[in-house]
Amino acid sequence: MSSEDTPKDYSESPINLEYFYTAGSATTRFLNQVKEGNIVGQACPKCKAVYVPPRGSCPRCGVATDIEVPLTDKGCIESFTVVHIPIPGNPIVPPYVCAMIRLDGANISFLHLIQEVEIEEIRIGMRIQAVWKPKEEWTHSLENIKWFAPIDEPDVDVATLRFQES
Amino acid sequence: MKRVAIVGYAQHPILKNAGALNEVELIMPVVHQLFNDLGISQKDIDFTCSGSCDYLQGAAFAFVEGLSAIQTNPPIKESHVEMDAAWAMYESMLKIQMGDAETALIYGFGKSSPGDLDAIISLQMDPYYISPLWPDRVSLAALQARVLLDQNIITPEQMLATVIEARANSKNNKNALITDLINESDYLNNAMVSSPLNQLDCPPISDGSSAMIIASEEKAYEFTDHPIWIEGIDHRIESSNLGSRNLAASNTLQASMNQLNLKNIKFEVAELHTQFSHELPFLKSLLNLQDVPVNLSGGPLVGNVMMCAGLDAIGKTYEALKENQFTHGLAHATSGPCLQHNMLVHLEAQK
Repeated sequence: MSSEDTPKDYSESPINLEYFYTAGSATTRFLNQVKEGNIVGQACPKCKAVYVPPRGSCPRCGVATDIEVPLTDKGCIESFTVVHIPIPGNPIVPPYVCAMIRLDGANISFLHLIQEVEIEEIRIGMRIQAVWKPKEEWTHSLENIKWFAPIDEPDVDVATLRFQES
Repeated sequence: MKRVAIVGYAQHPILKNAGALNEVELIMPVVHQLFNDLGISQKDIDFTCSGSCDYLQGAAFAFVEGLSAIQTNPPIKESHVEMDAAWAMYESMLKIQMGDAETALIYGFGKSSPGDLDAIISLQMDPYYISPLWPDRVSLAALQARVLLDQNIITPEQMLATVIEARANSKNNKNALITDLINESDYLNNAMVSSPLNQLDCPPISDGSSAMIIASEEKAYEFTDHPIWIEGIDHRIESSNLGSRNLAASNTLQASMNQLNLKNIKFEVAELHTQFSHELPFLKSLLNLQDVPVNLSGGPLVGNVMMCAGLDAIGKTYEALKENQFTHGLAHATSGPCLQHNMLVHLEAQK
């Protein structure tokens, strides 16, 4: 039996689809502000919850979040984890800390890095502030913030951050 | 069977490219319009079901994000079909039949503009023998068109007439994407995409969304004085192996017609989910609709939102019955290549 006659028991059929991704008009407004170094959340007109980054709707009420709310780059750590396993392609050397960052005035948190502090000292409720990249490097991304670093302010009781329906 | 009625339907204007608007931003306006028209809120809805395709968005579980468009607090009963939203309506029907719900909100959404629809649709085929060949949707449709023409089941003149009529009917549809009229020479001078189909035989790439509310008999009259009753609904699928199908006939559609006992019903209007021009004369003859006004909305040839166009056929039939004092309407939704999977919905307005 020649090699051409050998029965094939598999064939490869790679799938590759390309998309022109759009963030949505609400997230586009947010990213345009991030490019300028501003963090602007969006509030729900019904329940007043402030979303950052905004996705365009309040899933609690099912309405568009059309109220722009400028926020500071200060907040607290709502939750965190210490990453020990290297992720392929990720330049950060473990161990490092990923935290859910709750900015002052926001009702949801987002994921970012915590640096400039010993891992053992990191705790829930710790006050932190954004450390920005040089202005020349700013783009349409939250990666304009290199990481968050602790600031000398008293800890926050995260239980008080729970959203209270008005 | 419990009686169930359509009490409302809303459609987003069909767009060639919704641009920055994401899926959630397309869904919210139609759901809000429905709620406002009926003076109700999500709290009046027992069951919510959506239809969409994650491959269109290019993200796994993308349909979950779609839920951000509706009020999900307090928690709601909800489901999704990776199909045209016509099947989300079917699931909602079952939910009401089972006594689990009295009212249901159905929505469908799709943006075809961000990706390559030909490549995406070819992934719905059998993954071992056909998908690796990447057959595009137009070539597959052309295969059936060729069979139908060769067997004299339809004629090129009927395809031409279908395209011209769809454009003319688009004036009845405020949400149509394609509204410019064409004449015979425009059609004959159009370049072939995949013989025998030219560009005008094919539906436009479309972005949009639609929503519908259905309710049991007890609830329907709370929402509207003019519910349109779903008198019959049936769907059947044929083999995924194209080679084993007879593309010149549809036994499953025939079985659905028998199941719904359609032969003695005098339909006054029909909306068929016919995406390509050859499909309309084919289905008209299969469904005995030769003397019935079909696709007065222009149908998918003037706007074809993927995962929505089937629900739209039901919605447009509902609107036609409501606005024209008709009694019986027939809607058709399809899925898969070459009319593989078909749903028939018999709608009735009470006099």
